[in-house]
Amino acid sequence: MHIGRPYDIPSSDITPERVYLDRRRFLRLGAAGALGAVVAPGTLGACTPSADTAEDGADPPQDELTPYRDVTTYNNFYEFGTSKEDPSRYAPRLLRTSPWSVVVDGHCARPGTWGLEDVIRPADIEDRVYRLRCVEGWSMVIPWRGFPLAGLLRLAEPTPRARYVEFRTLLDPEQMPMQKTRLLDWPYVEGLRMDEAMHPLTLIATGLYGRDLPAQNGAPLRLVVPWKYGFKSIKSIVGIRFVENQPQTTWMKSAPREYGFYANVNPTVDHPRWSQARERRIGEIRRRDTLMFNGYAEVAGLYTSMDLRRNF
Amino acid sequence: MWVLCLLPAADLAWRAVRGGLTANPIEFITLRTGYWALVLLMATLAVTPLRRLTGYNRLARFRRPLGLFAFFYATLHFLTYISLDRFFDFRDIGDDILKRPYITVGFAAFLALVPLAVTSTQGWIRRLGRNWTRVHRLVYAAAALGVLHFYWKKSAKADISEPIIFAFVLAGLLLVRVLSRPSRRPRTSRQDGDV
Repeated sequence: MHIGRPYDIPSSDITPERVYLDRRRFLRLGAAGALGAVVAPGTLGACTPSADTAEDGADPPQDELTPYRDVTTYNNFYEFGTSKEDPSRYAPRLLRTSPWSVVVDGHCARPGTWGLEDVIRPADIEDRVYRLRCVEGWSMVIPWRGFPLAGLLRLAEPTPRARYVEFRTLLDPEQMPMQKTRLLDWPYVEGLRMDEAMHPLTLIATGLYGRDLPAQNGAPLRLVVPWKYGFKSIKSIVGIRFVENQPQTTWMKSAPREYGFYANVNPTVDHPRWSQARERRIGEIRRRDTLMFNGYAEVAGLYTSMDLRRNF
Repeated sequence: MWVLCLLPAADLAWRAVRGGLTANPIEFITLRTGYWALVLLMATLAVTPLRRLTGYNRLARFRRPLGLFAFFYATLHFLTYISLDRFFDFRDIGDDILKRPYITVGFAAFLALVPLAVTSTQGWIRRLGRNWTRVHRLVYAAAALGVLHFYWKKSAKADISEPIIFAFVLAGLLLVRVLSRPSRRPRTSRQDGDV
């Protein structure tokens, strides 16, 4: 899939992954926080956890990029199977990502069915490195390529009645074999409050590591909400709906006691069956402390006066 | 049979050498060792029903090694959790055992297996006499708790097909056992312990 300008560069001009990685390594050697700041100035600079911890002399936890192989072979995408290797095994040959369209409807002035080329506006494409924290207790650092969701939502001109956004994954049991089972209530549905959806950190990813998004990572379009547990970041989106009431998400239906609507990364609120205080960064042996809002403290303002224990 | 029982361990070792333990090796080792502990526990419990159904009594000699291999994988599973997963943080581990029901029952299942492994020798069979059978009834508790541990670990992750299969297998084995119970014999002839 080659859409728009950023993908039109001849392959000879693309930085080889090795060099790309070396550049990352070089950046890491710089001052703590440099990585985030360089990748997305203004949006990430303030949120690197290292800035806080460095002051009291403790070693700041480093964010090294998770290797491409791990990012693309260790996935939760239950439409293709429940083991971590299933999505990379099956999705690339089963999922047809072209042609692809997204139905935008609900409380907005410009509903419609948008083709990928309408959705992905080359000028908005940028690379951003985000931490990803899974509710299961592991985490990665992923260099996404994509654009802020806010721009896309504005195109639809949501009306004042739009208080939430509901997202829907493709429903096609032929392409997504597990949809033939009743493992979950298909299609996968997720949602965000309007202010969360419009937050500059909220991304629609179209790629990672400077390449097109692999099928197992949610091609061709997926959500990335870095301060929330990974299951909020819905994959292979075909529907975006502006709604008045809080959407009932797939995992809320499946296990309401365990998975809430907000699902903000929060080390002080345990999952009923395990602690969320620490996490295993893929590639590391010992667990590291989980950071409030996954280290993206600038979103705290969205939740003032909310009891995050009840709104887990 | 030794070769067969050692295959899963060999597979893990081989994967460790050539880097095939997935992106999350600790989780992978934990899942695999736990899985094989349960499979071998079921196999152990299948020996007596099979022997009764087929009348092929030589099967009995498989029972002890199968049970010990189940214990071997359960021990690997437990040690992986203690060392690689929790890094000997015993406060953390204590918290887990007290606060997380699936870990509580998993730990209980492991504890139940320990005396069975210890008393599996000829010497202990002789020493315990008729009580050996009673002690070894613990295996039912261990199996049930083990399946429950697996079920609770997976439940609400929607993917409960495997634990359900284990539950059915266990229930089936126990049922066969009850139905095929040999008619009452004088106590003296039951020294072999029908577990």
